[in-house]
Amino acid sequence: MTATAVPQTAEEHFEIKEPLWRIRLRLFRRSFAANWKLFAANKIGLLGLSIIVIFALMAISHPILLATVWDKAIYDPVRGYDAVTISKTIVAEVTDPNTEIDLNTARLTMHPFVEIGEVISISEQPAAPTAGHLLGTDPLGRDILSQLLYGTRSAFALGAIAAVVTVLIATLIGSISAYFGGWIDAGLMRFADLILLVPLLPVLIVVSALWTINLPLLGLLIGILGGFGGTAIILKSQALSVKVKPFIDAARIAGGGNFHIIFRHIIPNVLPLSFLYMMFTVTDAISLEATLSFFGLLSIPMSWGIMINTASTQGYLLSGTDAWWLLLPAGAAVSLISLAFFLVGRAMDEVVNPRLRQR
Amino acid sequence: MVKYILKRLGVMFPVFLLFLTALFFLLELQPGDITQQFIGNPEIPPEAQDILAARLGLDKPVAQRYVIYMLNFFRGEFGVSFSQYPREVGDLILSAIPRTLVLFLSATLLAYYIGFATGKVLAWRRGKGTEYALTLGGVGLYTVFYPWFALLMLWAFGFILDIFPIGKFIDVDEWSGAQVAANTVFGRLILSAIVATLLLLAIWTVSRRMSTRVAGARVRRFGFWAVVAATVGYWWFSSLRSYAGDIVHHTLLPTLTLASVAFAGIMLLTRSSMLETLREDYIMTARAKGLSEKVIRDRHAARNALLPVVTSLVLALAFVIGGGIITETIFSWPGIGSLLLDAVSLEDIPVAMGVLGFIGVLALIGHLVADILYMYLDPRIRYQ
Repeated sequence: MTATAVPQTAEEHFEIKEPLWRIRLRLFRRSFAANWKLFAANKIGLLGLSIIVIFALMAISHPILLATVWDKAIYDPVRGYDAVTISKTIVAEVTDPNTEIDLNTARLTMHPFVEIGEVISISEQPAAPTAGHLLGTDPLGRDILSQLLYGTRSAFALGAIAAVVTVLIATLIGSISAYFGGWIDAGLMRFADLILLVPLLPVLIVVSALWTINLPLLGLLIGILGGFGGTAIILKSQALSVKVKPFIDAARIAGGGNFHIIFRHIIPNVLPLSFLYMMFTVTDAISLEATLSFFGLLSIPMSWGIMINTASTQGYLLSGTDAWWLLLPAGAAVSLISLAFFLVGRAMDEVVNPRLRQR
Repeated sequence: MVKYILKRLGVMFPVFLLFLTALFFLLELQPGDITQQFIGNPEIPPEAQDILAARLGLDKPVAQRYVIYMLNFFRGEFGVSFSQYPREVGDLILSAIPRTLVLFLSATLLAYYIGFATGKVLAWRRGKGTEYALTLGGVGLYTVFYPWFALLMLWAFGFILDIFPIGKFIDVDEWSGAQVAANTVFGRLILSAIVATLLLLAIWTVSRRMSTRVAGARVRRFGFWAVVAATVGYWWFSSLRSYAGDIVHHTLLPTLTLASVAFAGIMLLTRSSMLETLREDYIMTARAKGLSEKVIRDRHAARNALLPVVTSLVLALAFVIGGGIITETIFSWPGIGSLLLDAVSLEDIPVAMGVLGFIGVLALIGHLVADILYMYLDPRIRYQ
């Protein structure tokens, strides 16, 4: 061993006192602060973000409520049942002359032998909102609020799986396709064309007829189809513009291998745009799930789409204002969360693409 | 021009073959028994089962089956429906196509026309109250959960206001004594719409070649109203008036619902595309020349802003097809979307696969139309 040691790490080589990770962290914090300032300048983006935060709080609150205040037998989103009963006094017998069915007692199948003047209790499902059930109960006697909160969890889980898978695949495919070009590019892009050709909804409908699809599998499917499809094409065009920058040539001259350049130099520059497309994937995934569940094609215990499906199979689809708590909470939740992610996506778009900022 | 279209076809055809291959593997890799799904129907007599198996190549090894599957697709041979035996899948699809196409085409055209017209005005009014209100409404429509929105429309217009019927294609009571089939009347309606469109196109082409712009505009306006009046008049005095009216009455609400959601996306896109175009130097030049605002907007800015909007036709197509399936199901509109969902819920795999294949063909044609439109609008592509 010689006396003058060869510098081993970058810190020693450039005689930096601080460890490298701390510098990286500081740089990251600085760029994050700058980007946050740009993002926060857009009030509509902040509105979207706060809606997402509210939904996230809803998702977290469900297991807590179920563990503390709510009785599992009543408030479980799938198996819960609350026999909301209403006491009624039988006053008179009213018979419909056309059908000869007693309209007022038509519901009283449980009490076939009631007399006038007797007080009976009727199980009324779906029940309108009360103090115990803030959003009422569904036709099967389950608490709507509990279902709504549980559905938020499903939506977040699905959105997260779909978005992460899409972005992982799309970033990788886009960067590889742009960097190597040639037949790799041609093959991957033809594959992307294929996925773009056929709309996702009919494909998923047919796939759900052939396989049993649960939530993680659906997230994976949407992620894979989205990742190889349109998102890959957009990220590829971004990667192409990065590929021709001088620092890529510099990295190659310095002896960087293909995959070193892709992972260390191209992907970090494509990532901001990837995060943007994550937002749009979340919206797509949530509304696709809700649509498929609405048609009753998925095997998911409970989600917003299942809530609408329950109302539909029990015949409350056009109930309108009479049983508003069956359709409105779930429908509005899907719409609102899509709106929120859309708004955040648009605001992020302005951070990522300086061209769009208002001058 | 022909060369360009041929080139696009040359790119698309392999993609379509790839799509068929994907469909084949979807069938082969599924956990269910493909033979059971296609010929296992107990209603089919054994001799017919053998013939069907030979037609579909079910008794052959996989490689041979693949070739037979591809050839069968182009022959329109998808097998026999499981739930509606003995109807052929191709026959079922063919009878559902016209209704789906009418829904798709009228919704897309309506959405594009209104969306583009409002989008360009919106960009022009940037910062005003109407812009905020319309943009917000557009974003709301764009992100709304579509099945829920369709239900709300059905409930509001069909149930509360009672303007439109609640779903279905025809009113059964009204047609009970009819001497003609609903599809015949529907076919004639489509035919008259095609004739009217061709006439309008002819008038438009002629008026573009008129000596003065004012005369051209006058001919166009007169021609438009004349064609509309002639079409409406023809049906008004026809013996089938009440039946045609019933079909149109049932068509309006689903079309409007689908169009209003597709419209929102196009309006937002046109708005941002216009805002981008307004920064170009030639807009400044046009202003400096002292041209009127309307001429700058419609003749200078809007034409260039149209390009990305037309490109988005490909994306809008996926949206309209997906939305069409939902619309058809909610409004009980007997097109290929509701055919698909009925098939899936009854485990009728031959029909489901056939419909998916047909949707692929539909999307392919849509892509080609978008390419041709783009080429027509952008001379840079035409003269390459």
